[in-house]
Amino acid sequence: QDLSLPNGTPVDTSSPASSSSLLNRLQLDDDLDGETRDLFVTVDDPKKHVCTMETYITYRVTTKTTRAEFDLPEYSVRRRYQDFDWLRIKLEESQPTHLIPPLPEKFVVKGVVDRFSEEFVETRRKALDKFLKRITDHPVLSFNEHFNVFLTAKDLNAYKKQGMALLSKMGESVKYVTGGYKLKSRPLEFAAIGEYLDTFSLKLGTIDRIAQRIIKEQLEYLVELREYGPVYSTWGGLEVELAEPLEGVSACIGNCCTALEELSEDMSEDFLPVLREYILYSESMKNVLKKRDQVQAEYEAKLEAVALKKEERPKVPTDVEKCQDRVECFNADLKADMERWQNNKRQDFRQLLMGMADKNIQYYEKVCGTA
Amino acid sequence: MEDCLSKKIEITVSEAEKRTGRNAVNMQETYTAYLIETRAVESQNEGQCSPVDSLWRRYSEFELLRNYLLVTFPHIVVPPLPEKRADFVWHKLSADNMDPDFVERRRIGLENFLLRVASHPVLCQDNIFYSFLTQEGGWKEMVNETGFQLKADSRLKALNATFRVKNPDKRFTELKHYSDELQSVISHLLRVRARVADRLYGVYKVHGNYGRVFSEWSAIEKEMGDGLQSAGHHMDVYAASIDDILEEEEHYADQLKEYLFYAEALRAVCRKHELMQYDLEMAAQDLTSKKQQCEELATGTVRTFSLKGMTSKLFGQETPEQREAKIKVLEEQIQEGEEQLKSKNLEGRDFVKSAWADIERFKEQKNHDLKEALISYAVMQISMCKKGIQVWTNAKECFSKM
Repeated sequence: QDLSLPNGTPVDTSSPASSSSLLNRLQLDDDLDGETRDLFVTVDDPKKHVCTMETYITYRVTTKTTRAEFDLPEYSVRRRYQDFDWLRIKLEESQPTHLIPPLPEKFVVKGVVDRFSEEFVETRRKALDKFLKRITDHPVLSFNEHFNVFLTAKDLNAYKKQGMALLSKMGESVKYVTGGYKLKSRPLEFAAIGEYLDTFSLKLGTIDRIAQRIIKEQLEYLVELREYGPVYSTWGGLEVELAEPLEGVSACIGNCCTALEELSEDMSEDFLPVLREYILYSESMKNVLKKRDQVQAEYEAKLEAVALKKEERPKVPTDVEKCQDRVECFNADLKADMERWQNNKRQDFRQLLMGMADKNIQYYEKVCGTA
Repeated sequence: MEDCLSKKIEITVSEAEKRTGRNAVNMQETYTAYLIETRAVESQNEGQCSPVDSLWRRYSEFELLRNYLLVTFPHIVVPPLPEKRADFVWHKLSADNMDPDFVERRRIGLENFLLRVASHPVLCQDNIFYSFLTQEGGWKEMVNETGFQLKADSRLKALNATFRVKNPDKRFTELKHYSDELQSVISHLLRVRARVADRLYGVYKVHGNYGRVFSEWSAIEKEMGDGLQSAGHHMDVYAASIDDILEEEEHYADQLKEYLFYAEALRAVCRKHELMQYDLEMAAQDLTSKKQQCEELATGTVRTFSLKGMTSKLFGQETPEQREAKIKVLEEQIQEGEEQLKSKNLEGRDFVKSAWADIERFKEQKNHDLKEALISYAVMQISMCKKGIQVWTNAKECFSKM
């Protein structure tokens, strides 16, 4: 299969034409399944670094590829959360018409969670791995120059200093910041996407709260069970014939406690973070939709201005033409990304919810086994 | 040995009814009456249905019956009544005596009580018990006429005996200790179990919220919609399933409660022994001191210091005639005392023998019943797990179709 890219140079979105033509070609072969994939990225092996100024964790990022854009077939580098955050911002700046996957939250919000605890680090590692894999799977983002450097550079900090100055943490691109243009009419499909995302993130928020509530109730149940089991043992100590069945019940309850603890931990570590990730995803997607609206609004305003000038030349000025291109490009990119996102979302949630069901089944099987 | 009553007649407490009436101080009160039905057991061959006799009794009459049995058969571990007021409840259950679930469970408990008494080799032969089952009018008067209240030992007396008895049968002391421990451990168990039930209820019910949100979510989805919607339904089923599970567990709790109250009955038998033993020791002590007094008077020697001895030295001794009279009185008392001591000894030994026989019978019954209860509890837990696996497997299938 032939992707026909300019040799060695990654796609540059400042020329919208090449981006949409690329997309056209890619849409014929959208499903990059395992056989046709030529780029594999993994995040693993977290390590703690204790320095004079600070303590932090780095993760190993391993790349295997046959792509021409990469000098070597394999790379292994160490990156910390800051580096991932930098990458995301660069992607948002350089690919503003695309949906950039979310990162796990930067700061630990709720409770006193140990940043260096095994569970926290593992949850974060999984999320970072997912982040890179989503970029890898994206036909445009995976060819991004910054992504390439992130995967390959020995000294990422040197490259960071060379690059463009950071504009803002929110990732708004200067090119696309347009102030105060009012959108006349939003195309139906983008309005629908906006409404969908609103309801979607609302429902996810509700599910998050329900899941948290269940975990809380389970832990309270666990507290009582921990007192319940030993009473049977105490009773067993008083009896002769009944000692065995009483001990049996006590052991059973003890086993139930262990299984329940595992279930609650699993739900906390595997289920909740994915929900939260998708809520963050929805938020960043809505920002992209807003940007799209702005681009369209700017185009409409400039078009109107031209019409008002009542020039005799029927030719449309070049900057209005450029605006039109921008709108069409943005719409095309966004539409393609939305379709991809919907499909991935469906698979992700299918896996997530099946996983939830599985964990519960395993819990009952563990308890059943010893009863 | 005659067959127990339970083999001859079928006893059921089949209904419960709310009644209003006037109490002893002529105030209106509401109470529940229970219908006791009895029917002679027919042999299989005849296939004839014998007529059902029935009468209504209220809880206080059951209490009267039990108190009568306790006093009349102090060497028997008398079966307990179901609790008077709802105790060890978890939040969903009502603590109200008029609550239909409580009444229903009490009905079962009362039936169980009657069956226990009817299958006890000694208790089932009692006439008052038989009349309780068969004679509606005048039963209360009949019980009171037995004068059993007079025979009852005062609580104070019994408590006194506990602390002062010198040589109780060691087996009874151990048994009393055991019954105390048993009461303590079962109450603890029931209290925690109620809290466990409460929490488990919460866990299941919250899952019902998934049902609603999945349904709402499915409305905005195309391919995922059906899977989400049907999974949501299973979450509702899961949430609802806890009601039946916990109702079944109440039955287990009731079985434990019966033995919690049985422990009290066991304790009462031990206390009765202590009381009898104390009585015996007191009588023996009294006899010994009278014999001593007699000897002192007869020989004129004062072995022990006594105020009388002192006063007689101060104010002059009594005349020989007076002394003779005293000796005679004492000798009569001593003879009476010796006879009483003999019969008390005999009573005591008989009590120990028959009480211990019933205690052995009770131990076997307890081990059998509780073993069964624990096994059925384990079975309940397994069934709950299987239901859980079923529901989540169904939900998983729905998710897989997303």
